[in-house]
This record gives sequence, C-alpha cells and structure tokens, in this order.
Amino acid sequence: MALYTPQAAAADARRTVLTTSGRSRERTPRSLVFVVLLWFSLLVAFATLVALLVHTLVDGLPRLDGRLFSEYPSSRPEEAGARPAVLGSLWVIGTTAVLAVPLGVAAAVHLEEFADRDKWWNRLIEVNISNLSAVPAIIYGMLALGSLALLGVTQKNIVVGGAVALGMLILPVIIISTREALRAVPRELRDGSLAVGASDLQTTWRITLPAALPGIATGTILALSRALGEAAPLLLLGGLVFLSFDPNGLLSQFTTMPIQIFSWTSQPQAEFHTLAAAASILLMGILLLMNGTAIYIRNRSQKRW
Amino acid sequence: MTTEPTVHDAIEMELVQKHASRPEVPETPTPVIQVEDVSVFYDDYQAVRDVTLDIGHNEITALIGPSGCGKSTILRSLNRMNDLIRGARVTGAIRYWGQDMYEPGVDPIEVRRRIGMVFQKPNPFPKSIYDNIAYGPRVTGMKVDDMDAHVERALTRAALWDEVKDKLKQSAYGLSGGQQQRLCIARTIAVEPDVILMDEPCASLDPIATLRIEELMAELRDLYTIVIVTHNMQQAARVADRTAFFTAAIDPQTGERHGELVEFDKTTTIFERPADPRTEGYISGRFG
Ligand SMILES: Nc1ncnc2c1ncn2[C@@H]1O[C@H](COP(=O)(O)OP(=O)(O)OP(=O)(O)O)[C@@H](O)[C@H]1O
Ligand SMILES: [Mg+2]
Repeated sequence: MALYTPQAAAADARRTVLTTSGRSRERTPRSLVFVVLLWFSLLVAFATLVALLVHTLVDGLPRLDGRLFSEYPSSRPEEAGARPAVLGSLWVIGTTAVLAVPLGVAAAVHLEEFADRDKWWNRLIEVNISNLSAVPAIIYGMLALGSLALLGVTQKNIVVGGAVALGMLILPVIIISTREALRAVPRELRDGSLAVGASDLQTTWRITLPAALPGIATGTILALSRALGEAAPLLLLGGLVFLSFDPNGLLSQFTTMPIQIFSWTSQPQAEFHTLAAAASILLMGILLLMNGTAIYIRNRSQKRW
Repeated sequence: MTTEPTVHDAIEMELVQKHASRPEVPETPTPVIQVEDVSVFYDDYQAVRDVTLDIGHNEITALIGPSGCGKSTILRSLNRMNDLIRGARVTGAIRYWGQDMYEPGVDPIEVRRRIGMVFQKPNPFPKSIYDNIAYGPRVTGMKVDDMDAHVERALTRAALWDEVKDKLKQSAYGLSGGQQQRLCIARTIAVEPDVILMDEPCASLDPIATLRIEELMAELRDLYTIVIVTHNMQQAARVADRTAFFTAAIDPQTGERHGELVEFDKTTTIFERPADPRTEGYISGRFG
C-alpha cells in the first residue's frame, strides 16, 4: 500500500474544505435571527420612507398647483406661494455651481495630475479635504457669516453669501468625486497622448478631462443636489425672511425652498402645513430629477477601456 | 476557420521574401540614437546597468531577453517616457543625432514628438478614428494644409485606410484589437516622427494581426527608424536588422538583480552565430 504522503493529506484536507462544510447554506438559529433582523431593519427604513412620501403626497397634492409657483408668501394661506423661494433656490444654486464647480475641478486636477504627492503640504491638503467633507453644514454658514462681517457687509442674507456658504460646503465633495473620476482614466491614455508630443496641460485638457467628464458631472450634480436641500447654513445667514419680491441679482435678498418649507411648518394654521407639503413634493421632485440624471450619466458612460 | 492558416501563410511568405530581398545590413549602424553607458534607476534600485548600443538609421532594432531584464526600461528612456515614472532616473548619455537628450534645456515634449511610442496594449483615445490621427498634429502645432489628406496618408502608411475609410467619424473603440494597434501606429506616424519605439506591440494580438503589424514594420523601415521590444523570437528574426539581447544577472555583492546588455549585433549573427553562450542558450531554449 502506498504511503499516505503529506501531499495526499493536504489534498484530502482541501477536498474536505471545499465540499463538506456547506456553510453557505447554513441555517443555524443564530444566523436566522440575524437574517430576520436585517430584513426588519430594511423594512423599517423602507416603511418610514414610504409613509413619509405618501403622507406628504396626500397632504400636499391639493396645493401643488400654479399658485405655488406664481404667488408670493402671504399671511393668508390660500393666497400664498413659494415663488421667491423657488427663484431664490435657482439663484443660490446657480451661483454656488459657478463658484464651486470650476474651483473644485481645478483643485482636483491639480492634486491628481500635477501635485507632487511626496510633498508634505500636498498630503496635508488631501487629508484636510477629506476631513472638510465631514464638517457639519452649519459651520460653513458660520464661516460665511464671519467672512461677510469681516468684509463689513451688514445685509448678510444675500445670494452670494448663501452661495459662498453652500459652495464651501460642497467643494470637498466636488474635489473628491472629480479626483476619483480622474483616477479612473487609465494611465495608458495619458501616455498615448504624451507619446505623440502633447504637453501635460494639453493631455489633461484634451484627453483626461473629457474622459473623466461623465464622472465629474455625476459627482457635481449629486453635490449640487445636496446644496439644494440644505437649510442650516442659510438660516444662519438670515434666510428666514418674508420676501414679497423676486431675487434679481447676486446682492439681492433671498430665501430658498427648504427655508420656505421650514417657515411654513412652523406656522400654526393647518393650511400652511399643506403648503409646506406641496413645496416638499416640488423639492423632492427636483432632487429626484437631479439624482436620476446623475445615475443616467453614470450608467450611460460605463466606459469601454 | 479553414482560411486562417492560408492567410497567415501568405502574409508570412511575403514577409520572408521582403526580408530576403532587402539590402545587406551594414556592419556598423549609422546611429540615430546612441546609448552610452546608460543605467536606469527606480529610486535606489538599478534596473539596468551600463548599456551601450547604437540605434541605426532606417533600421529595425529588436530588444529581446527574459522578463524583467529591463527592455521596457531602456525603451522608455529613449524618448524620455521614463520622466513620467516617479523615482526613475537615467545616468550615462543618450544622444539623438549627437545631442544628449537628457541635457538640461532639452524639452522632453520635443523629444517625444520626434521619437514616438506604440504601447503593448492598444490605447486609442476615446475619440473618432479621424480625431485620433489628427490629435498629434493638432497638439504639436504642426503646419498641416489639408488635415483630411494628412489623416488619409497616415492611415494608408499604417495599412489601415481601406478598412476604416468609410467610418472615420466613428469611435476608435469600434475597431478590432489589431486595427486599434495599427491606428496607434498611424497616430504616431501622423506627427512625422523620426523614430518609432514599440513595446511588445503584438503582445495582445492574434497571429494574423501580428503578421500584419510585422509586415507594416517592414514597410515603414524605409521611412522611419524602429525599435521594437518583443518576446517573440521568430518576430525578432523575421523583422529586425539588428538585435540586442538583454538578461538579468544577480550581483554577487548586493544580491540585487540588474538587467544588462549581453550582446548586440546584426540579427543574423545573433541568431546564427551568437558570441555569448547566454545568448545561444536563450535563443535555442526558445526555438526548441
Ligand atoms: N515603474 C517601476 N518602478 C520600479 N521598478 C520598476 C518599474 N518598472 C520596472 N521596474 C523594475 O525594473 C526591472 C526591469 O523592468 P522592465 O519592465 O524594464 O523589464 P522588461 O524587460 O520590459 O520585462 P517584460 O518582458 O516582463 O516586459 C524589473 O525588475 C522591474 O521590476
Ligand atoms: Mg516590458
């Protein structure tokens, strides 16, 4: 009889490991409890969300009409609308985008394509950007408030002020997502460009950035949608105001949709709560549209390389 | 399926004839690039040491040798693509028509425009076929009167024109691997370089696509100087005028592996009468 060699023993052991344990189909009481708990958590989260949505829809649909867009806030709920808030949100988010997107993309391009990663200051900047994305929104409001005060601006609730606060809030998000998009562009594309005699700048501008564009767009849209739903920093700047005119410039006073919703929910009359629900539906619709666009861009550009 | 070997054979036949009919390779090359005592370091690690060889004008030079012996490293140092690798450093001198290309004041971008590079994996840009070719001339600011004609010429030289002339505006990603690689060659040709470096350009291609690239190289030899890294011994024997055999040896003092040039000569000499037993061993090992 052949000797039972160590090799044979090892082979046997492997066979045992591969076939007999059947742990993938294990159903011990403990794991069952765990699975049930997981499902339960999911159910709770989902049910809460559905309940909220349905409740808001039922509440708000009756007032989701033209008046919401065309009327100014009023002390009489049947005449009130969110026109300045909708326009204010557009103004602030538009300005935020103009301020934060070029700056964020440029910062990301510098860090990813040009900065020397061995230098301590670049590493410091990297760590800080990650930290900044975890800073509570209200801090940015305080920062904007302080900066405006230092500049001697008395009326703090102005479009640029809000845009600066929100811009700082989403800048780290834009930088991080842009860097990820740039990192996903294969090295070979850059090499191919450099090998025909293009400069670093030309390569970045004509090859790397266009290739990363879908990723950058996705990240930017998600960041802007976060800014759109944000109320805290703007409240701090004094965004909780009763406006009966349209914002019409960078220095104009403004209010935004989340603030308008907040203001209506704190009114005693039930009709205002209906209005708040209607405005919430509108806001959710816009956010859904933005996130949908982001997902669409991401899926459509699943790259071939 | 059944036609494949015949196409393959036909191209190979043609290639062999072309090779046989070309003029005798001179004993010493007219150097376009002179590599003198070159060592390349990655941080403190000396990847290749003391390489000296001349790249002959309008010749095909093959760099062969086992994996990790520094063929790519040397190739990348010939057009300063090594500059892009952090920690990479070149010592010694590499002269292009007599001028040291690592001298301060030499612009690596200018070097790369004259000495183009084709990579192992085809890497077309995510652009149309036309824009892939026009990219180089545009970014380098070449004076091109008629870009359409220029694109056609580059694609024709790369033996791709007939296959793509009706879909110039389509994405380059729609092409097969072999076509993409010829597109990359065309893209390199379009900036009218002097030298073309190719790092295992056929490594990801099937045998027929490989032979087409080889055929193309044989045709381009009259217009350009070509340096090719290959693991395919037959390929070196088929296309190269001169062959450099590299190997990696362990330094007994430090225990580190360094690549070095063992032998550099006319391809026929390397394959028929190698001077160094290591060359002989490598070649016969591969030929079976
Ligand atoms: N970017 C790098 N950083 C550090 N070491 C490297 C780098 N590139 C290559 N090396 C090392 O340099 C040596 C030579 O590598 P190189 O890629 O030039 O070999 P090669 O002959 O092209 O091999 P192959 O045939 O596998 O492509 C190897 O030991 C490798 O590990
Ligand atoms: Mg290599």
